[in-house]
Formats: sequence, structure tokens, C-alpha cells
Amino acid sequence: MTRWLRLGLPLLIFLLLAAVLARGLQFDPRKLPSVRQGRPAPSFDVPTLASAQHFSPQSMQGKVWVINVFASWCTACVVEHPRLLELARNPQVTLIGLAYKDQPEATAQWLKDHGDPYRLVALDLDGRVGIDYGVYGVPETYVVDAQGVIAYRHVGPIDAGFFEQHIAPLLGSTPAARAERS
Amino acid sequence: MIPELAQLALALALALALVTSGYGLWRIHRRAHTAEALSRSLAGSSVLVFGLVLAAFAALVTSFVRSDFSVLNVAENSNRLLPLPYKIAASWGSHEGSLLLWTLMLAGWTAAVGVLSGRLAAGFRARVLGILLLLQTAFLAFMLGSSNPFNRLLPAAVEGRDLNPLLQDPIMVSHPPLLYMGYVGFAVSFAFAVAALLEGRLDPTWARWSRPWANAAWSFLTVGILLGSWWAYTVLGWGGWWFWDPVENASLLPWLAGTALIHSLAVTDKRDALKSWTVLLAMITFALSLLGTFLVRSGVLTSVHAFAADPKRGILILALLVVVIGFSFALYAARTHRVGLGGAFSWRSRESMLLVNNVLMVAALSAVLLGTLYPLIIEVLTGNKMSVGPPYFDAVFAPLLLPAVWLMAIAPYSQWKSMPLASAGKALLGPLLAALLVTSTTIWQFGKPSLLLVLGLAAAVTLAYATLAQAREQLAKLGRAGAAPLMVRIRQLGFSYWGMVVAHLGIAVFVTGVTLVKTYEIERDLVMAPGQTETLGEWRLTFVGVDTVPGPNYQAGHGVFELTRGSGKTITLIEPEKRRFLASGQVITQAAIEAGFLGDVYVSLGEPINEGNRSVGPAQQAWSVRMYLKPFINWIWWGCVLMAGGGVLTLFDRRYRKLRPSAASAAPAQ
Repeated sequence: MTRWLRLGLPLLIFLLLAAVLARGLQFDPRKLPSVRQGRPAPSFDVPTLASAQHFSPQSMQGKVWVINVFASWCTACVVEHPRLLELARNPQVTLIGLAYKDQPEATAQWLKDHGDPYRLVALDLDGRVGIDYGVYGVPETYVVDAQGVIAYRHVGPIDAGFFEQHIAPLLGSTPAARAERS
Repeated sequence: MIPELAQLALALALALALVTSGYGLWRIHRRAHTAEALSRSLAGSSVLVFGLVLAAFAALVTSFVRSDFSVLNVAENSNRLLPLPYKIAASWGSHEGSLLLWTLMLAGWTAAVGVLSGRLAAGFRARVLGILLLLQTAFLAFMLGSSNPFNRLLPAAVEGRDLNPLLQDPIMVSHPPLLYMGYVGFAVSFAFAVAALLEGRLDPTWARWSRPWANAAWSFLTVGILLGSWWAYTVLGWGGWWFWDPVENASLLPWLAGTALIHSLAVTDKRDALKSWTVLLAMITFALSLLGTFLVRSGVLTSVHAFAADPKRGILILALLVVVIGFSFALYAARTHRVGLGGAFSWRSRESMLLVNNVLMVAALSAVLLGTLYPLIIEVLTGNKMSVGPPYFDAVFAPLLLPAVWLMAIAPYSQWKSMPLASAGKALLGPLLAALLVTSTTIWQFGKPSLLLVLGLAAAVTLAYATLAQAREQLAKLGRAGAAPLMVRIRQLGFSYWGMVVAHLGIAVFVTGVTLVKTYEIERDLVMAPGQTETLGEWRLTFVGVDTVPGPNYQAGHGVFELTRGSGKTITLIEPEKRRFLASGQVITQAAIEAGFLGDVYVSLGEPINEGNRSVGPAQQAWSVRMYLKPFINWIWWGCVLMAGGGVLTLFDRRYRKLRPSAASAAPAQ
């Protein structure tokens, strides 16, 4: 009996492995679902760049808003920046910046050099907010709807049609938009 | 017309392989009295099959060279602008083409066995060839059934989609063929093991026959992996040479198993011990080669290599894997108890040292296999996505393999059966002192002491010193006995011995390279404007500028830097490129490397900074630049070359050519 167990063990291990591989074939390895998408935006309370004020997502209740995670040390953010400047020109967009693990002076200098698209810049000095949002790498962009739920999360620099694709569909449902239409 | 003829050739090869292997194995099983004639006709058949597959392969290459876009595979993987060498390499740049290359290699190995195995016992030879031809049948059927490289595209495409730009590299032209030679070569030792089990007879001759084949396959695999690693270093642009990517692991797994196998075969050959273990290793090694093939092609794991992700094909390869390996493991379970374990030995013997080597190799192998498949296992069990990164592999791999390097230093001093420990200890005194000296000098000069540095460098020095000292001692001993000229004495020790010495020195060189690169590499991310100079270590790098240079099928952002060492006057031009390929629009980074014996200076071009800013002219455009100093990285490559060279040296050993069939054919099958 023990001899059969010893000799049959390689076969057994191999068959188990084959079963796992067969099951694994049915997955799509490239899909990386957002952990936070469809969940309420985590709340936080952090200082802002401009003044001694603090910023918290609660103050955005009832509005569709966009939070863009950036940093002065991030080269891809430079690539993304012209798109953000253009996005901010649209009056329907409330764009909040989240300076991720960055020195406030460096952030300020960087925004002076490249232009400032943000309504205000929240400072995530120790990266705590980034952990709550599940930030993968900078830049990342989250669209939060009027109910305070993350409707969309984008990893990497945003694309040209960002507003039309991801923000405009949400705008129809805001109380402000409804009031305007009626 | 040519593709159709090639299909015909493949179909003929399939029919021939199927019929001859089926008939041959059946006749041998029924103990027909025609084993001699049967083995000869199987050898003929294997050469014929090789000829047919070679013709098909030549036809595919022809279609690529002539840019025949009416062949789907050509249209998808080539382009008129592609330079000729890459057109040829594109033949194996896709799943279908590489499968044909795989089959060609298998047919080549089989034909080689057929031609060179004339001195084997006829029955055994027929079984080995029958098994190899059966394997070919499976692969040919799979190729013709689901991955035909000659499928037509009608109407023909006007222009091809181009070869994946990452593969357009001189190293990449030779990496897949060599790697496949290694993978597939282990099919031979697998066939030997299965044939021995089928005969129910495992004796030292079986192991002796297997050894040169396993050594050859192992050498090819070593060079194949080396080229893959070197390619990653020059093209991927972040200076690394090993990423623990699932597919890199897939090639490392059979290498580790193969390393264990070639040592275990030595024990079985010389001492008739560890028999069932050696058989199992031969099977595991080939199983892992097949697993590697499966992992690359099925898209079951995320990887830079997943160039042919297609679950439907995946399930077919998996079925093939299950049939081939399941059958051989079942055979192992059913037959091995008849074989017995073989000769006994003391724990202070060369056998037990080689066994420890085996255990360490298999432990490392299991750790890598687990790390590679763990994300998949977790996803199957819980549905969660996760990944296992380099920290895991670094943490488990070095502690498992460094002891093997230490053991290797003692190994040549050990003796078969049993030995006195004191003499080995005395012999190691010199090497250990040398290791102490080199390691402490290094730390004193360059700092950064770490456990890895101490153990790695000391192990490498001890190994190199001990191996060379033992070789010198052997020569001296022969000299005292007969005082023959040096060349004769070198010859007397045999190619096997010198192969071992060279390969072990290769390990020492490799470990030195890895340890020093890991400890002393420096990297810096820079932003440089033209005219700016940055200093890293004793090197000064001045950015001249970036211009646009057209390539054959790409536009290159061509960076020019001046590199000077210390306060020296010699200026070396360093020219990294950023190539945008016309057909696909994909951008790849070609790093510029100033290679030296003591290390490389590695420069790669990042992105232009603030490109949209119009106030800055192209002449003042700043770029992000990565600069690395990689001390001793060449030693990693040369270490691998030495290892493979050692493997090749063993092939010339006289022992393998003096195989007498009489001993093997004398014993009845059961």
C-alpha cells in the first residue's frame, strides 16, 4: 500500500496540477477589475495646498466630481497634464487634484511650471488616502457620481474622450441638472 | 503552391510517424523476432519524417522570405519592410510557426537518435524510436488539426501586420531555436526512460546511453535561457536580466530538473544506484518542458511572452500533456518496483553528495513551480486575483541554491561508495582561505557587506579554487605514475571530467556575476537637457541630443551621449534609441551598453520632458534618461557559456562511444 502511494504520488500530483490548469484556462488573465468601482468613495479629511482649509469628499455631496491622483515626481503625469488642462476648461467638470506622497512646495512649483487645472489640491502626504482608494500607480483618475459612488476608475494617463465617455453620462442625473431642465 | 506542398509533407510525416511508431511498438511488445530489422526500419522512418518536416519548415521560411501574404501566418507576422534576417525569424515568431519549429527539433533529435543509436540493443532502440515517433505523431496531429501555419488568407493581404517589434532583435533570432533544442532534447532522455520501463529492465547501460543526450539538451537549454535573459537586458530597457516572469520560470524549471537529471544519471551510470529516482527525473524534466510549452501558448498566466493566448488550443496542449505524462507516471507507478533501488552507499560518499544536489535542485524547482502557479491556484480556489513577485523568488531561491554551490566545491574530492572526511576537509583549507581573502578585500574596498555578498562571493571563490586545485592534483598524480606529457595526461582524465570542471567553473563565474551585480549596481533616473553632464560613480555622461533617424521599418529617436571615465580624455559615444515601428505603432527601447570586463554602463532613453511646451526648441528638448552601472554583469553571460561549454565537452568522452550492445541484449526482458 505504502509502495503504491509512494510510486503513485507523482501521478496524483500531476493530475491535480492538470485539473487546476484546465480550470485556469477559463479565466481571462488580462482582466484587472477595480476594487473600488461601484462602491462609495472612501472618505478622508486632509489639508489642501492653497490654504489652511481641509478637504473631505463629504463637501462634494450631490455633485459629480473627478479626483486625479498626481505627483510632481511622476513623469507620466507630465504626459497627462495637457488633457487635464483641457478637461478643466469645461465648466461642468469639478476636478480635484490629489497630490500623492509629495512635498507641498514641490507640488506648488510643479503646478506653477505646468499650469494648474484643479479646483483645489488635496495633499495626501503619507499616501494614506491612496491606500484607501487602492491607487496602483500615479496618475490615476476616479469619477465620483452624485450619490458619492465611484463610477469609474482609470489607471494611467486619461484619454482624449474622457469627458464624453465617463463624465457626461453621469451629469444627467444630478439634482442641479434636473433643476436646470425643469 | 508551396504552402500546399508543405501541408502535404506534414500530412505524410504524420501518417508515416503514426504507422511506423504504432506498428513498431506493437511488434516489439508482442516480442516479434524481428527486433533488429524493426529497429533499422524505425531509424529509417525517423530520418524520413525529419526530411519531410524539414521540407515543410523550409517552405514556411520561403513564404516569409517572399512575403507571400496569401498565407495567413505570413500576413499576421511579417511585413515587406522587415529586414531579411527578421523575415526568417518571423517564421517562428507566432504560435503556429514556433510549433512547427518545435516539431522540427523533435524530428531532428529523433533522426539523430536513429542514426547514432546503431550500437544500442535492437529491441531497446526500436522502443526508444517508437516512443519518439509517437510523440511526433501527437505534435504533428495537433499542428495540422488546430494550428496549421500554412492556412491561406484569401484574398491575400496587401501588406503584413509586421513581426512583434520586441522580437526584432539579433538575439531573438537565435533564442527560440536554441531554447527549443533544449526543451525538446529532453524528449530523448524521456524516451530512454520510458523504453527502459517498458522493457522492465533498468541497468547502468541505460543511464550511460542517456547521458550524452541529456548533457546535449541541457547545454542547449542553458544557452537558450542565457540568450533570453541577455535579450531582456538589452531590449526591455530597465536594466534587469531576470524578472521571474512565468515564462522565464517555465524555461528555468526544466533546466533545474535537467541539472538534477544529468547528475543523477552519473550515479546510475557509475554505481547502478538511485535508479527509480533517475527514471522519475527524466520524466519530470520532459513533463516540465511540455508544461513550459503549455504555459507560453495557453495564456493561462499573464506574461510578456503570452503571444498566442488561445484557451481552445490550451486545452488541446493540456490534453496532450495529460496523456503523455499521465501515461508515463502511471507506467512508473506500475513498473518501478520491479527495478529495485540499486546499490547502497554511505552518507559520506559521492553518491550521497549528488543526492543532496538532487534534493536541493528539486526543492528549488518546487519553490519556483509553486510561485509560478500560485496565482492560478488561488484564483481557482477563491476567485481572487493576486501575483507573486520577485521578492518571493529572491527569498527562496538563493538559500536553496547557495548550499548547492558550496557542495559543488567539495564534490570533486569526494569518492564513490565511502570516503574519509578528513582528506576533503584538508583539501578545502586553501580554497576557504582564498575565499576569506577575496571576500574581505571586496568588502573593505567597496563596502555594502551583506549576507548574500559574503556567502555568494565566498562560495564562488571556494568553488573555482577547489575545482582547479583538484584538477591540478589529478594531473600531478598521473604525472607521478607515468610522467607522460601534459597533453596526454589531460586526455587521460577524459572529456567528461574536463566538462565537469568547466561547467563548475561556469557556475562560479555566474555566481560571482550575480552576487556583484545585485550588491553593487547603481541606477539613476535623470532628466537631462542637451549639454548637461551627470556623474555616476567614476563615469561622466554628457547629453548631446536626440535626433530622428529612419530605420528599415521604424523611426528612431536616436539619442547621443558622450561617456568619459574619471578624468580621462577618451570619449565613447553612447547611442540608445527609442524606436517607433511603422506597421504597429509600438515603441520599444533599445538600450545602449558600454560593456566591459568589470561591468557595463547601461543608458536607456525615456520620454521627452514637457513635449507640448512650444517655447523650447528641439535643440533644447530635455529627456528623461536612465543610467545604470552594472558591475560584473558580463560574468553572468560568460558563466552560462562556460556551463554550456562544459556540457558540450562531455559529449566527446570516449566512454559514450564505446557502447557495447552485448551487455544489454544478453539479459531477457523479464
